[in-house]
Amino acid sequence: MNDKLAQKLKILADAAKYDVSCSSSGSKRKNSGGLGNGVAAGICHSFTEDGRCVSLLKILMTNHCIYDCAYCVNRQSNDRPRAAFTVDELVELTIGFYRRNYIEGLFLSSGVRKNPDFTMEQLMLVAKKLRTEQRYNGYIHLKAIPGASPELIRMAGLYADRLSVNIEIPTNNQLQRLAPEKNHQSVMLPMNQINKGIIQNKEERKKFRRTPLFTPAGQSTQLIVGASPESDQQILHLASGLYQAQHLKRVYYSGYLPVNDYDQRLPALPEPPLVREHRLYQSDWLMRFYGYQAGEIVTQSHPNLDLEIDPKLSYALRNMHIFPIDINKADYEMILRIPGVGVQSAQRIVAARRHRRLNSHHLKKLGVVMKRARYFITCNELPAYLRDISSETLRRHLILESKSKYRKSADTQLSLFSQNFAVSVQH
Amino acid sequence: MLILTFDNTFEGFLSVVFTCYAEKLIPHDILPTNHFQEKLFAEVRHIDTNIVHTERVWAGLQKKLNRRAKEMPYRIFLSEMPEAYIRLYKYIRRVFDTNAYVDSDWGDPHVMELRKLDREVTREAMRMLQFIRFEKTKDNIYFAPIEPRHNVIPLIINHFKSRFSDQQWLIYDLKRDYGIFFDLKKVEEITLNNKQFDEIRGRLNTNVVMENESTYQRLWKNYFQSINIKERCNKKLQRQHMPQRFWKFLPEK
Ligand code: SF4
Repeated sequence: MNDKLAQKLKILADAAKYDVSCSSSGSKRKNSGGLGNGVAAGICHSFTEDGRCVSLLKILMTNHCIYDCAYCVNRQSNDRPRAAFTVDELVELTIGFYRRNYIEGLFLSSGVRKNPDFTMEQLMLVAKKLRTEQRYNGYIHLKAIPGASPELIRMAGLYADRLSVNIEIPTNNQLQRLAPEKNHQSVMLPMNQINKGIIQNKEERKKFRRTPLFTPAGQSTQLIVGASPESDQQILHLASGLYQAQHLKRVYYSGYLPVNDYDQRLPALPEPPLVREHRLYQSDWLMRFYGYQAGEIVTQSHPNLDLEIDPKLSYALRNMHIFPIDINKADYEMILRIPGVGVQSAQRIVAARRHRRLNSHHLKKLGVVMKRARYFITCNELPAYLRDISSETLRRHLILESKSKYRKSADTQLSLFSQNFAVSVQH
Repeated sequence: MLILTFDNTFEGFLSVVFTCYAEKLIPHDILPTNHFQEKLFAEVRHIDTNIVHTERVWAGLQKKLNRRAKEMPYRIFLSEMPEAYIRLYKYIRRVFDTNAYVDSDWGDPHVMELRKLDREVTREAMRMLQFIRFEKTKDNIYFAPIEPRHNVIPLIINHFKSRFSDQQWLIYDLKRDYGIFFDLKKVEEITLNNKQFDEIRGRLNTNVVMENESTYQRLWKNYFQSINIKERCNKKLQRQHMPQRFWKFLPEK
């Protein structure tokens, strides 16, 4: 019995490990006499040898699948060991691990077994049993299976902290080419429903405090980068739309790892597009925290991100006419656009300049990277470096200047983002 | 050279602060009796704990600290660093003797030093929340041994109390030989006379551990190994996030 369980755990953890998101943050669920609670910032309980945080029991209900998505290890036509948990096994495992302080909660995904409704129901039942029978208040993240009935998804949202529906392939045409059983509409349907449910739930909870929570930690999705030929422009416009229209908490980008290299529909990549993936995360950051529009980061004439420099610098070089920016006068939004100035230093600049006019000495203390910023600002005594350098010269200069640093940071970022390295199960 | 000693408690320490004010003493050092070693040429005086004094100092302090720094003196005390007590004393004097908020004076090297120590204690407490591992006993008590650098037990009680409120648990500090026990209602401080675990690694003796405990530990280890991505091996990063001194308590290692 135990050996069988151990065997399943091995197969189904291995098949889930490539899924990107592992975050347990965003839940403030209280414990009311039962087991467990949410910690808003999330807690890492262990670290694997690759240096990644282990916060959740990240696992598949089953790796059986009736579909045959080209980019997925669990596709039906692959010959690999298959296994499936029962609802009770998973409940027991989660509670056993949680009580020993191994984990913050459960992240449950699944291949599609029999049909979407059957699969979704299994996932929902695990969450339901945990919440109602075990009185468990720890973190639960469930995958919403496209094609499952709205009622099942609604119920899942009542028990889970977070739901996610993975879009995977950024355009509908490409998705249908690689995963003939899927289309964007089937993904957007549950996403819309969850979004509406969250908004409605917030309203109701304002009026009636006892309204049960619905997906309080929001929803997220994942896009695979490099398995299909979409440009970064297409990807970022899609992401931006998802943040605005669907209020997603996160879009995850996952550099395509050639798991099924025999499939002719997939590109033969020498290595996974990790730098590109990293640039996408940086752009995503600019959209969420720096007030950039997707259309400013990638344009018709520059549809793909510059791999050699970060997207903020790249924007600055394409828009030299808005620089130099006067540190002592410009609005906060403009200060944020200066390469070498982060959110924290921008806030400090705006606060500090109320007391005195700032010079380059102050800026350094406030955390500004002057090596970079100096080409784009004027302050008390600094001349504008910009005027007589062309943006192409400046670009090359900055790349050279930061070469060693870039190398290093690129490496650590690679390890930072190694969790986004590959994709195995997605819906 | 005046050295003041107190009874190892925070209350005792604050009583020392009170006495220094009341009697205009200028201590060269302040130490708990269990850290204290006789020194030649030093004048040593023991200050008894006086709860009235303690409370007056604490209440006074609370008024003069920023909201986020209110608990800092307590955490500094818990650091148990030998030099922490006299530093904390000097800091408290500055807090009382100046009108401005001292705790946000980042430019001052002494304040910076204390802030650093404060962060260290907080991080050690955080690591307990991360790396504590319970083993279940035959009497349904979840037992976890710890060996923190600083005396952080008081800082983690609330977390474990609200998280594991429907199971009995015992967290035991092997180094300081005391622990906290939750009996489903309240948390109590205890010291065990008859120890049913190995005192180095804190593993429960086989006669008291629950039969299926090893199954869970094996499953967890098994899980831990299967989610590793071998191609991305980065043991340095692993050690950085999860220092080796915690490994002996982790069933997955
Ligand atoms: S991506 Fe999901 S649906 Fe497609 S083959 Fe893999 S497990 Fe099945």
